Amino acid sequence: MLVGAALAATASAATDDEERYRALIAELRCLVCQNQSIAESNAPLAEDLRMQVQNQIAAGRSDEEIIEFLTARYGDFVRYRPAFKGRTLLLWLGPFAVLVLGIGVVLLFIRRSHRGAAPIAPDPSQLARALKDEERLP
Amino acid sequence: MIPELGHIALILALGVAVLQAALPLYGLRRGDARAIAAGRSAAMTQFALVLFAYICLSLAFAYSDFSVVYVAANSHSDLPLMYRLSAVWGAHEGSLLLWVLMLSGWTLAVSLFNRNLPANITALVLAILGIVSVGFLLFMLGTSNPFDRHFPIPTEGRDLNPLLQDPGLIIHPPMLYMGYVGFSVAFAFAISALLSGRLDTAWARWTRPWTTAAWMFLTLGITLGSWWAYHELGWGGWWFWDPVENASFMPWLVGTALIHSLAVTEKRGLLKSWTVLLAILAFALSLLGTFLVRSGVLVSVHAFATDPARGVFILIFLSLVIGSALTLYAWRAAALSSKGELDFLSREGLLLFNNVFLVTAAAAVLLGTLYPLAIEALNLGKLSVGPPYFNSVFVPLTAPLLVFVGLAASVPWKRGKLRETLRAIRVPAVAALVAGTALPYLMHDSWSWAAVAGAVLALWAMVTAWQEVARRIRSRASVPRAIWGMSLAHFGLGVFVLGITQVSNFGAERDVRLAPGGTSALGAFEFQLAEVNQYRGPNFDADVGTVVVRKNGQTITTLHPEKRLYRAQQNVMTEAAVDHTLLRDIYVALGEPFDNGDWGLRLYYRPMMRLVWLGGVLAFLGGLLAISDRRYRLAQAAERSREAAATAVA
Amino acid sequence: MKPRFWVPAVALAGLIVLFAIGLTRDPSKIPSPLIDQPAPAFDLPVLSGGRLVSESLKGQPVLVNFWASWCTPCLQEHPLLMELARSGVKIVGLNYKDEPQVAQQWLDRHGNPFALIAQDRDGRVGLDWGVYGVPETFVLDAGGLIRHKHIGPLTRQAWQDEVSVLLK
Repeated sequence: MLVGAALAATASAATDDEERYRALIAELRCLVCQNQSIAESNAPLAEDLRMQVQNQIAAGRSDEEIIEFLTARYGDFVRYRPAFKGRTLLLWLGPFAVLVLGIGVVLLFIRRSHRGAAPIAPDPSQLARALKDEERLP
Repeated sequence: MIPELGHIALILALGVAVLQAALPLYGLRRGDARAIAAGRSAAMTQFALVLFAYICLSLAFAYSDFSVVYVAANSHSDLPLMYRLSAVWGAHEGSLLLWVLMLSGWTLAVSLFNRNLPANITALVLAILGIVSVGFLLFMLGTSNPFDRHFPIPTEGRDLNPLLQDPGLIIHPPMLYMGYVGFSVAFAFAISALLSGRLDTAWARWTRPWTTAAWMFLTLGITLGSWWAYHELGWGGWWFWDPVENASFMPWLVGTALIHSLAVTEKRGLLKSWTVLLAILAFALSLLGTFLVRSGVLVSVHAFATDPARGVFILIFLSLVIGSALTLYAWRAAALSSKGELDFLSREGLLLFNNVFLVTAAAAVLLGTLYPLAIEALNLGKLSVGPPYFNSVFVPLTAPLLVFVGLAASVPWKRGKLRETLRAIRVPAVAALVAGTALPYLMHDSWSWAAVAGAVLALWAMVTAWQEVARRIRSRASVPRAIWGMSLAHFGLGVFVLGITQVSNFGAERDVRLAPGGTSALGAFEFQLAEVNQYRGPNFDADVGTVVVRKNGQTITTLHPEKRLYRAQQNVMTEAAVDHTLLRDIYVALGEPFDNGDWGLRLYYRPMMRLVWLGGVLAFLGGLLAISDRRYRLAQAAERSREAAATAVA
Repeated sequence: MKPRFWVPAVALAGLIVLFAIGLTRDPSKIPSPLIDQPAPAFDLPVLSGGRLVSESLKGQPVLVNFWASWCTPCLQEHPLLMELARSGVKIVGLNYKDEPQVAQQWLDRHGNPFALIAQDRDGRVGLDWGVYGVPETFVLDAGGLIRHKHIGPLTRQAWQDEVSVLLK
């Protein structure tokens, strides 16, 4: 809270810096509590790290430089958002690859289901027929 | 004496569970109807025994019997009674007992509500549930006996973790476990389909109410967990993508896919092997969740006191049960092939796409949760995957679902026509676009693409949810409860999404430091810390702040955030104070005190926060309506007479 | 028996292997990115007077132990540290976020295994070294490179298996 107090106390708070600060501390993991960001954690180390981030923003460092500073000391683990590099390719691209694969399989399945089956005769009153079908269950 | 009785009851329950598993299978092989029926009696006896054991443990807590290790570790004589009773499931051993109680409860339900099921299916289902019960009872008796005693008897217990001393504890885990365990019934139905080689629309109709019931409890359980975390953890968050949260969310995603897939299987006899696979996966994910929480493999704020030895047991159990199930699937699924045409623009086509997106989303959550473990196991270092990843990946994967849910209401089964569909969606689409675009501006005087897109999608889902009902009423057709249920659940989904988009786009927060009497502003609200007092609670000492909230000079509310020191283990807890209306939450948490008497405060403004949980509750109620549809029961009477003629007890 | 139906079973097998490996690891231990890097530079006051510059640690292998009087697990490893100091191992203490008087009292009470004690009052040096809890022990070689980091109290097992070999 100490850190936020310094920022909030001044009426004309540099809101851009505050925005950056907020965004950054939500992207860094607390190493003590380990399942919270340093924004959420009450651990003393989290407070130290928040202070570091605040000081470095005030000193004019960029977001990447600050994250690099902490990664050099604590490793990739401190990044809450995993970096996009070699060993995280599967992580970031995997879900979308699965999605594309899944959609592909479905389209194939739909196409194959038409082979060999008698086509469904188009019905003049689609809705009435649909309603009758649904007499049973949704 | 009572703990020993409880222990004995569990041992007897294990024996009965073995009978419950073995007798029906034996009876099916030999055509012995009595052995098959014995499965029912075994189920009832097992329930009675487990319930008795549960009552014994509850009594031990109620009377603060600290000779029981588990009670001493999780209770305290100053702990209020309602928390003493819910502390039964507050840690590993007791929560296992709750699992087993729920499992025997669901098994009992299957043994009672099965007039519509042919005897051989009931037998198979009870037998499989019996096998699962055996596993859990063995696990409990072998490694996690809640009735262990110790000597000398401590004079006082170590108190329940203060994080758990909240009404949320009383209801969240039981609802969650009802869901997890409920999927074992769907699992058992799936296995019995694979074993009997037979899966028809009747099978789907039997399985649906059980699956929907499990799903609805899981929905409520997750919703309650989120609500509880929001109030209890003090920083205004409601979902953290924590491994244990993910462990409950994955079975929910797959379970949702399952209830939709079951609809297709029942209606059109399609997707049979896929439905069976989903049922196995849903339960597998429930078991996986159990493993993750108790094994120490992942770090989580939710994890029980972890023990790799227990982890080994669960892993072996998981491998055996799910491994056998998936092997059976690989071997027998081909026999369950479905024949029929599927169209892209049809209700079943859209449901199929619904499944693809839901299952992909579940896979993404699994990937993110297990990735750190995989990287470390491969000696590639150590990295962490936090909420930024999940939010980035999950939202694009699930936003299309909202489009589908609206479309599906306007597309009939078997084959839809593009022009008819477009005509049917015209009104809701325009309404959603207009209202969604206006909403951010009306409520917050600001605008962003993200906020508008979210609002439009949410309102689209909310409006289209009622189209089916409207259409039936217009054509003077009946509106069965199942349709009401579906509509309510989909409406709840829209409400939920509306809440999320408003909170994410327009929520605001501030950390401030105030002297008593000082004020600070957040948005249109002014917060004044009037004073901070102390008081003594039953098992804690508290600092309580009085914060007056004003808007335009008018006092809206007075909030009392607290900071509590629980005496037994000297933990410090934050009790946030929240003023809520349907349209917004105002949330204040007490931070750290300063030497000069100032206090740190965290102020939050959360628009439409309540909608997030209201949506979940509406979905739960929708599920409840759906399973109470009497067509399930009426159709069964007719089905039963046909079944009795057709089915020979092999 | 179509091959695609075997996919889920195979995937499960992979997961089981992953979990089995996971059960042998401790997920809360964070490895240091500073291994085989030069020790981060520092210039700190010494408890007994004067200053300590990290450069001066070069020349022989040394253990750098981050500790504090308020740290309970530090007491656990203390007897072992005393023993190692007596047998000639050079241990430099980094007193982390502590009061000098309280630290001195702690040492007077429990014994002093440290050749030198530097005071990191505000934890800034700890941050540079990637310290996230106490105690943590770093092994530096003669050239001032960090060769190993031990997280938590130093155990005899860890000393024998991992640390002593590096000091040869």
